[in-house]
Amino acid sequence: MIEVNKNNFEEEVLKADGLVMVDFWSPSCEPCKELMPSVHQLAEKYKGQAKFCSLDTAGNRRLSISQKVLGLPTIAFYRDGDKIAEITGEVAIEDVEAKLNELK
Amino acid sequence: MSDIYDIVIVGGGPGGMSAGIYGSRSRLKTVILQKGRLGGQAATTEELENYPGFGRGTTGPELMQAMADHAESFGTEIVRDEVVDLSLNGDVKLLTTKSGQVYKAKTVILALGAEPRSLNIRGENKFRGKGVSYCATCDADFFEELDVIVVGNGDAAVEEAMYLTKFAETVTIIVIHDEGILDCNQASAEKAMANPKIKWVWSSVLQEVKGDGLVESVVIKNIKTGELTEMQINGVFFFVGTVPKTELLKGQVDLDEQGYVITNEQMETSVAGVYAVGDCRVKYLRQVVTAASDGAIAAVAADKYLAEEEDFKVRVLNVKEPVWVAFWAPQVEASINAIADLEQWVAKTGTNVKLVKIDTYRNQRLVERYAVDEIPSALLFHKGELISKLSGSFSPEDLDNQMNLAGF
Repeated sequence: MIEVNKNNFEEEVLKADGLVMVDFWSPSCEPCKELMPSVHQLAEKYKGQAKFCSLDTAGNRRLSISQKVLGLPTIAFYRDGDKIAEITGEVAIEDVEAKLNELK
Repeated sequence: MSDIYDIVIVGGGPGGMSAGIYGSRSRLKTVILQKGRLGGQAATTEELENYPGFGRGTTGPELMQAMADHAESFGTEIVRDEVVDLSLNGDVKLLTTKSGQVYKAKTVILALGAEPRSLNIRGENKFRGKGVSYCATCDADFFEELDVIVVGNGDAAVEEAMYLTKFAETVTIIVIHDEGILDCNQASAEKAMANPKIKWVWSSVLQEVKGDGLVESVVIKNIKTGELTEMQINGVFFFVGTVPKTELLKGQVDLDEQGYVITNEQMETSVAGVYAVGDCRVKYLRQVVTAASDGAIAAVAADKYLAEEEDFKVRVLNVKEPVWVAFWAPQVEASINAIADLEQWVAKTGTNVKLVKIDTYRNQRLVERYAVDEIPSALLFHKGELISKLSGSFSPEDLDNQMNLAGF
């Protein structure tokens, strides 16, 4: 997974062609950390079918808010730079995978 | 038959973990099935200071990780999968998961937990993750130097509000009661009242969450005057109680009107071999420590159930000779005499008929299963089938007659 932050988000996500999945998380978000290993497995499983990014919102608060993300965990999907879907709140990896399959 | 679990636990919060520890430590084949993150609601609580032996500084996630490690150290399997279908009646219970696996279980412990209640006010759902939150530890740091409100005034609401003051500029608590009245414990109430970052709005409820993409304001209604006030705000945290996650159980086990599972002191549900623990059941206090207690009780009750079922199979259902099962109770004198007569009759009749005595005081389940409504009663079984039933007093002639009728 690609680590994105305020410096490279535009390049890696907003200017990217095709499907990009961004995992918004932070070190103080326990559900995020619990979810993370399965998100990484998902990225491995679907390698080449979408671009997978990870965004630590700590230190990137303004960026998160600019992406209208104000709650964690959030998994957002972008296509050609536009946000097309988002899963937030109680995020189950099964739901993320289903959404990914729907969009890819 | 090794693919049948002694105990399948649905849910990996403190109730499920504790059941796992007790079950696997009793050498029962035990698995916990958990959708998503382990630890239940306790894993989203930053400060967890009231679990005995774990004082100040303990965090929910740490405690839950310790419980998971503890359960695994005794051999509990922990599988990350969501149960989507249940078949609970019958000796072997079937649990189907989202990944398509079917787990077979002799007993099931339901540790389904509860989730934050949503008030379904206008804008609440729309702005979820956009300023509306149910998890302070997850989202607090978005609100550094910003203003938030907390809806609710129970333990969770007031304690999480204090946590939020470490980040937010102001935390306004919307309380439905008159000024000064809070549902939370007194210790937390006093701390919160003394916190300069906490502001209070009394006798009020939230009417609407508004914004454009993100939360920008809320409308607060004074329930005494009916007056509506719009307040500029960046975040709204809801802590207005919980609802049980028992949707899956409807029509399977008895639930109360709110959807909580009804159990007895042994955590038994309305279905034999099925137990419920923790926040999903009807109970007085929903805390980590009471969930853990429920888990221990359920695992021990399940262990006893397994032993009794096995015993009944070996001594009654799987026996090739006809078996008389005599139900008696130490406090019913007539039943003691009747048992003595029955023993004599069996001794006289010879080895081709067996006798099993059931103390109804200790084994209520068999009493219910075979609808034994009088003590003493004697039930004749052959090859696992109930053939006839004598209730109340019975003479040697009655026993002979029943045997003849059954063709022995």
